[in-house]
Amino acid sequence: MKIIVCVKHVPDATADRRFESDNTVDRVGVDGLLSELDEYAVEQALQLKEKAGDDTEVTALCVGPEKAADALRKALQMGADKGVHVSDEAIAGSDAGATSLVLAKAVEKIGVPDLVVCGMASTDASMSVVPAMLSERLGLPQVTYASVIETQGDQIRVKRDGDTSTEVIGATMPLVLSVTDQTGEARYPSFKGIMAAKKKPMETYALADLGVDADQVGLAVSWNEVKETTARPPRTAGEIVTDEEGSGAGKLTEFLASKKFI
Amino acid sequence: MSEVLVLVDHVQGAVRKPTYELLTIAARLGEPAAVYIGPADKAAEVTEAVKGYGAAKVYVVDDAEIRGYLVAPKAETLQQLVEKASPAAVLIPSNSEGKEIAGRLAIKLDSGLITDAVDVVDDGGTPVATQSVFAGNYTVTTTVTRGTPIITVKPNSAAPEQTAADGAVEEFAPTISDAARQAQIVASQPRKASGRPELQEAAIVVSGGRGTGGDFAPIEGLADALGAAVGASRAAVDSGWMPHSFQVGQTGKTVSPQLYVANGISGAIQHRAGMQTSKTIVAVNKDDEAPIFELVDFGVVGDLHAVLPAATEEITKRKG
Repeated sequence: MKIIVCVKHVPDATADRRFESDNTVDRVGVDGLLSELDEYAVEQALQLKEKAGDDTEVTALCVGPEKAADALRKALQMGADKGVHVSDEAIAGSDAGATSLVLAKAVEKIGVPDLVVCGMASTDASMSVVPAMLSERLGLPQVTYASVIETQGDQIRVKRDGDTSTEVIGATMPLVLSVTDQTGEARYPSFKGIMAAKKKPMETYALADLGVDADQVGLAVSWNEVKETTARPPRTAGEIVTDEEGSGAGKLTEFLASKKFI
Repeated sequence: MSEVLVLVDHVQGAVRKPTYELLTIAARLGEPAAVYIGPADKAAEVTEAVKGYGAAKVYVVDDAEIRGYLVAPKAETLQQLVEKASPAAVLIPSNSEGKEIAGRLAIKLDSGLITDAVDVVDDGGTPVATQSVFAGNYTVTTTVTRGTPIITVKPNSAAPEQTAADGAVEEFAPTISDAARQAQIVASQPRKASGRPELQEAAIVVSGGRGTGGDFAPIEGLADALGAAVGASRAAVDSGWMPHSFQVGQTGKTVSPQLYVANGISGAIQHRAGMQTSKTIVAVNKDDEAPIFELVDFGVVGDLHAVLPAATEEITKRKG
């Protein structure tokens, strides 16, 4: 079986994330890492590999600037077999639509696998649309927001927790799968994994290698224009009381009443 | 005036509140036209509901042939409706399915997509959407510059305005490709109604985290006294204390109620991402250094198992 797992390099959510003067996300001045939600995708890809046997190959795919190779390296340390990094200055500022185009072309270049695995969302833009877009572009079934995954031969069955119901989705590979953080803890790279990753193959493609024109991607052809980005004013410090022999409940009730919630 | 398509959010023909919010927003941008994809025998009921909130037209799409398939057929349906009606914009509820429909539609139409809008206004014929990003730390305003603007709108983004409209029914039969009928819904289990308000629609949300130790009775008690929805942190969900549908945060639901009461929740960035834009924030936590206290309008340092039941009793008494 062949698996491609798409990973994104994102600004650390616990750092002070911000925008550039052109209203694109600052991806250079803020420390980046493999998007936490993509770790679950890597984990599930590896579990599928372990279940299917040794001839299964997991390729981690990342689109992003030079630094984004760190995300691939982490995926290799966790156990992916090889990395493919699409890096090209023209990609900077690409929106989800353009990113899905580059990913789709890269998947075709690598060779359409049995499974393209994605996380449920990125931790920066958190749109949750790239897996669906990728499925649309590749013409593959989309099996998304999976919280439990079962495979048998080329058949897949997943549990999907929707807004109003829980569903079981079934489809035949090849397909695009996205997984949620409910699929189970992602493994930490072992020392052995970290050492082994250094010897694993990593290929880098430019847009031209994928047959994508520079004018199909980037900020200039973005579908949207960000008019303004405004930092939210910090919340002003509120009143903190300490509960002493039951005083907290009364004060809490007083506060709620003063704000007309009672 | 151009139509503005609104995808109706419903469960078996029971229209959900976000639909009315979307219709209200659609009226700012053009003539609201509801798109109902569902069982044909519920069409009359849905039409009656949406015309009370300004739907001038209702496209009725019988889903008998596509009910068992995930997302893709709905995107094809909307694509064909957009090509037919040339609307000024398409508004879709911002839930997991809605965003995926919108994503596919954007690729099909080569049109701009904005997700998770918390407000949409008209600026001389151009919809301008407001989004809350980076865990609510930034507000961004965006316009679509290509094709038909496709905007997914979060619940609670507008106060639904009742206004009578024609609700002229037009039946529409889309052509659905075989490719869109690949991912099959094998089984579906509707979520049980809790009898409390919907998490994302509620004016008040009372949440519990690790500090509950798995006992949500004090949380539920306070919620019921305040007429609130119950929420949970990821820690509480991961511990198996509450189902995932209750989770507030980055990988759960984003809520923006009038009042959010966080109990036994430390306030990690992942949780803040889901509740930081709430109007008033209250926290009860034993740890006076919990980061949640940086956000609050009012905080109690104390044991939730003591504070909440006493407050619940007091509130119930006051309400008489």
